[in-house]
Amino acid sequence: MAEMIKLLSGNEALALGAYHAGVEVAAAYPGTPSTEILESIARFDDIYAEWSTNEKVAMEVALGASYAGVRALVSMKHVGLNVASDPFIAASTTGVGAGMVVVTADDPGMHSSQNEQDSRHYARLAKVPVLEPGDSQEAYELMAHAFDISEKFDTPVLVRLTTRLSHSKSVVKTDRERVVPDRTVGFQRDVAKRVMVPAYARLRHPAVEERLLKLATFAETMPLNQVLWGDRGLGVISSSVAYQYAREVLPRVSFLKLGMVYPLPENLIRYFAVQVDRLVVIEELDPFLEESIRAMGISVMGKEFIPRVGELNPDIIEDGLRRIGLLNEAVAPPGLKITPGLPKRPPLLCPGCPHAGFFFVISRLGKRSRTPKSRGKTAGETGLVITGDIGCYTLGAYPPLNAMDTCACMGASIGQALGMAKAGTSQRVVAVIGDSTFLHSGITPLVDAVYNGGNMTVVILDNGTTAMTGHQHHPGTGVSAQGKEARAVKLEDIVRGVGVDDVRVVSAFNIRDIRNALRSSLDSPGLSVIIVRGPCAVRAPKQARPRVINAEKCNQCQLCLLIGCPAIRREGERIYIDPASCVGDACGLCEQVCPQQAIAPQSGVAVPA
Amino acid sequence: MKKFDLLVTGVGGQGVILASNIIGEVALAAGYDVKKTDTLGMAQRGGSVVSHVRLGRGVYSPLIKAGEVDIMLAFEKLEAARWSHYLHPGAVAVVNNYAQFPLSVNLGDETYPGDDEIVNILKRSTKRIYLIDATSRVEALGNLRTLNVFLLGCASVFLPLKIRVWQDIISQRVPPGVQKLNITAFNRGRKEMRRVYLRQSATEHGAGVVDTEDVRGGSRA
Repeated sequence: MAEMIKLLSGNEALALGAYHAGVEVAAAYPGTPSTEILESIARFDDIYAEWSTNEKVAMEVALGASYAGVRALVSMKHVGLNVASDPFIAASTTGVGAGMVVVTADDPGMHSSQNEQDSRHYARLAKVPVLEPGDSQEAYELMAHAFDISEKFDTPVLVRLTTRLSHSKSVVKTDRERVVPDRTVGFQRDVAKRVMVPAYARLRHPAVEERLLKLATFAETMPLNQVLWGDRGLGVISSSVAYQYAREVLPRVSFLKLGMVYPLPENLIRYFAVQVDRLVVIEELDPFLEESIRAMGISVMGKEFIPRVGELNPDIIEDGLRRIGLLNEAVAPPGLKITPGLPKRPPLLCPGCPHAGFFFVISRLGKRSRTPKSRGKTAGETGLVITGDIGCYTLGAYPPLNAMDTCACMGASIGQALGMAKAGTSQRVVAVIGDSTFLHSGITPLVDAVYNGGNMTVVILDNGTTAMTGHQHHPGTGVSAQGKEARAVKLEDIVRGVGVDDVRVVSAFNIRDIRNALRSSLDSPGLSVIIVRGPCAVRAPKQARPRVINAEKCNQCQLCLLIGCPAIRREGERIYIDPASCVGDACGLCEQVCPQQAIAPQSGVAVPA
Repeated sequence: MKKFDLLVTGVGGQGVILASNIIGEVALAAGYDVKKTDTLGMAQRGGSVVSHVRLGRGVYSPLIKAGEVDIMLAFEKLEAARWSHYLHPGAVAVVNNYAQFPLSVNLGDETYPGDDEIVNILKRSTKRIYLIDATSRVEALGNLRTLNVFLLGCASVFLPLKIRVWQDIISQRVPPGVQKLNITAFNRGRKEMRRVYLRQSATEHGAGVVDTEDVRGGSRA
């Protein structure tokens, strides 16, 4: 194969590396920043790739494939590893068949996440090796090592990315071709190693401990751990993208760059430490390396000058080094700061979003939104608690909708609602969850609510896709990750099938139907489910006839602004609709909301493509 | 090989990410080491977006240090002001003279800064500010979606990268059927940038000097 040079994201490079390393089964649930790993690998049609219903299932699919003798990859975001932690630790206990690599992408800075966990801690818990690339080239190359280590040491291998690595593009040179290890596919029965009843699991634990010792010896000489000698006045131990920032700020000092961060190469670290005058660790989030190195009895600094909260960047590292006197050649530049007071621009529900109508209705029913003109009046009793979930619809928590009171983790809305109802709260509890999230982890809590008799309303916002992560298919869409036709699971069948009697399906673009369904559910005791259905605006073909506001009829009540539609804009007292943003006939929510009937289709005008 | 640190910013849906990808690929074809990274919020549309693109002989960090950006390409005025502290004193700021109000402004909770305020914020960082009426020019061309490529045309004037390579990569990266339209937008963007640049240089002394060869459209790459 001819050498190829391309600009690839960390996710794309990792997928290509896995493909060249002979992966044959890949499974994932979408989650920013990890989503593009499976999207990239699914494009190769000589392997099997799937969107699993959730990360736990994805982990089990990969483990099964590995048991059956093919190299398997499973990828997820950091919180996905929490969901999948049970089979992950089980995989460590049983060991693998063919190579099994688990990729998790952390999100320092929480660009798109509910927490900022450092998933390297799973290494100690699960007793598995962890590899970290520093850019796309390394992500590509590291996958071959990861599969080899998995097979050589009979262990799943954790590869840890971060948002910055996953979503940064850098130059990747490849000169390898895909090589599939030659082996007979087939599950080899081995009860003592595969059936973890206590008697057999007790035999596995010492094997796992012994494996860790062997891995630590291996780490001493493995090529991903490198010493780069420079000025020996300062030695920096670093890994991941933090290494790149540190190298940028300290181009002349000595580095120990770790590509394998667990278990650590103790002798290599000692060798490096004695040859430098001062030793520091520069790592993002927790002092994972630092604490282990200190426990070796080596004097080292780290979190004294590098924050443990938030995403790092070269400026933060420079500031920290200057604070402890390790960067004095350059005087700090005066450094302009971000201008305070500029209007923020948080993400929004799109024009034509199928979630907007429901949120508008529940926000009005719960007296949560008020027009600018009615501000200052006392807030009404809300009478509702709205437990939320993870997806685009979490944006319903923001003004003007103010229609979400909790958001914890995937699938939490329904269990939380049940708990609140059982706690005897006087308010009616409404759980709001999306279609993909419901399939991910909303079904079991709904069964719980049926079983234990919850008085609550569950609203499933069904936009027919996994929208927030970029429109991945899921079991409800009828299409597989590789674009093949699949059997579509019907939400209303599931809901009725688990025993919910009161089930309504309403159009996401019919305000009256949504209001009637919601009122009726709120007024009746027991458990009811409302499925609010309408296609995601980003995927739906744009339809003609954008809405216009008749300035003569409009009395500037500003009620339409409470939908939160970005196409409805205000200039002074004038409210208008941006024809380029409005999706027209596909939505029509504002037309239904306007008390003055001042909003109507713009007739005979085509929307620009 | 001179290093270039570029910051491309705008509002989700304007085509910022594709624009910064194209810059990276053109530079790669010219033999630069390239790193580029995007910072964008959770949703598909409407949030603040910023891409860092770094070109040089060897690039470590994908993120540019504050105060080191050479060229800012802003698709929206408020976003230009928001990131202006990233520019160094001699940096070029190419700013689309277009305002898209955030929802908080529409709701009356916050106020969109006036043009003078935005220019003053930018002037704290650099004097080389070029306001381009890109959105209205592109509307006149007939397809608002070519805004990003029009602005790439503007930025290309300040970069030593071959026009032919720009045009090739743009043709590969935009949907089939609109390639011609995009190449026209790119060329118009170059033309408009040169017009604005020459007019401003004639009237403003000390506005900073771009290599005239670049301004004429020549290339050193």
